[in-house]
Amino acid sequence: MNGSRLGSVATVVGLSIQEGLRKRVFLAVLVLTAGFLALFAFGSYSAFKDVDGFVAGETEILDPHAFVGATIFGLAMFATLFLGAVLAVFLTLGVVRGDAESGLLQPIVVRPIGRTTMLLARFAGAATLSAAYVLLVYLAACAITAATGDWTPDHLVTPALGLALGVAIIAALSLLASTIFSVTAQGIVVFMVFGAGLTAGLLAQIGNAINSDSLHSIGRIASWALPFEGLYTASLHALISNTSGLTGVVLQLGPFGGSEAAGPGLIAWAFAYLVGVLALAAFVFSRRDL
Amino acid sequence: MPGPVLAVQELSKRYGKQDALAGVDLEVEAGQLVGLLGPNGAGKSTLTKIACGLVRPSGGRVEVLGQPAGSIEARAALGYLAELFRFPGWCTADELLRLHQRLAGSTGGEAERRELLDLVELGEAAGKRIEAMSKGMQQRLGVAQALIGSPRLLLLDEPTSALDPVGRRIVRELLEELRRRGVAVLLNSHLLSEVELICDHVAIIAKGRLVKAGTPQELAGPGAVEVETGNGVRTFEGAGREDAPRIVAELVAAGERVYRVEVRHSSLEDVYLDAVGGETG
Repeated sequence: MNGSRLGSVATVVGLSIQEGLRKRVFLAVLVLTAGFLALFAFGSYSAFKDVDGFVAGETEILDPHAFVGATIFGLAMFATLFLGAVLAVFLTLGVVRGDAESGLLQPIVVRPIGRTTMLLARFAGAATLSAAYVLLVYLAACAITAATGDWTPDHLVTPALGLALGVAIIAALSLLASTIFSVTAQGIVVFMVFGAGLTAGLLAQIGNAINSDSLHSIGRIASWALPFEGLYTASLHALISNTSGLTGVVLQLGPFGGSEAAGPGLIAWAFAYLVGVLALAAFVFSRRDL
Repeated sequence: MPGPVLAVQELSKRYGKQDALAGVDLEVEAGQLVGLLGPNGAGKSTLTKIACGLVRPSGGRVEVLGQPAGSIEARAALGYLAELFRFPGWCTADELLRLHQRLAGSTGGEAERRELLDLVELGEAAGKRIEAMSKGMQQRLGVAQALIGSPRLLLLDEPTSALDPVGRRIVRELLEELRRRGVAVLLNSHLLSEVELICDHVAIIAKGRLVKAGTPQELAGPGAVEVETGNGVRTFEGAGREDAPRIVAELVAAGERVYRVEVRHSSLEDVYLDAVGGETG
């Protein structure tokens, strides 16, 4: 890629960021995030305070701080993924068909930048911002559980990277949807896909709880078909992978049921999936009359 | 001798079973201002969009400075203003031009932006947000945007549709200046008087086919000679300026009293209506 093309890529990435800032997307997300973190801090503080009242005999077989910390942090992970997905979808909303229908896209596409380059630059902008956002919220949630209950995840980095890759995949899926659907349909389709992924995770969790192999398999297959869900459950698993004893067992039966270690296969598949989705988006965009 | 800046050969475009363009040939030379006329849906915008790589042709060839339309090289040589366009409302005029400078790889910097804004008389509105501009101001800004990077070919699709008479004059003078600088311009317009006034060459397309082309003078041709005599007004259809003295001499020789003689040309509007057969989109 020559310097001029690289400059154009940087310009389109900058345009995505500027758009987000000027259209007050970030302001809305920041307000929502501040609200979420405030409620999370309050809930976390209350929960840890309540379990401090457990009698001594109970705490010998179950570590209440680890149980509460992991449970509420698991919920924070879900909220973080959800908010990250909202941001990723907002930043890619109408990027191709929507902008083409409103006449915003044509003046940019006729510039000597190339459609694939433009699409990848839009992805880079949206994915970078969404990933940075989930990392910050994740770290803030970590700081809250550490401050209110002296609890931190067993692994700090792995779950964060899993979430970041997950929202990057959602941004890529949303970009692909923008090459096919108009703005409203794009938003609906992407959130339905997101919901399907989460439902698949729930299926796996239920299959795990009732020891149903077929339900567990359905959940697993669906998680691989939408790997942001696989990454999310792998991130959940990494939170408590070193938690042993009754606490570990109870967590696996409850909110962390169905969570599994990522393994190199899932990570490789997630990257291949991301590349495949972007390649398909670039192909559809290259053939679209504007 | 260098080839045409824009060369269109046997261009066709089908949308399903509908022919938007069916074998159109057209050339635009450097410093030439070509007006493209036709009813709504005739294929004018489709042709322009194919030339700048927004739409893929079904057949034929389009080249910009010898490069296939839509290639990076071809796009680097042109400026384009769509009929239906929108710029980000949160941008100021100056920010928009800066964005397009970066995308076009222009090194003109602030001097280029200021010159272009002055050319379209938006120098005072450089810091104004686009969402606060009138449609006419946005259209003039669109023309300035199309001129970023000094393009060799300018493709303008209805660039004056939202402009008031003063705005139209500004754009008209700008186009004349560009012609002097050797820029090739393809102008899609419904404003026949404007096209007649500034274009060197006119092409009329209807139902995707080129139905008439030539200079405005060639197309207009002779109209009629109208003579007011003592017995009323007589019209000699098909007669031109050269025929007027003979007609008057014959009438006088025949004992008629001549009060007024007028040589009428068929206007571009007459030619257009004749060419498109009253079709409207």
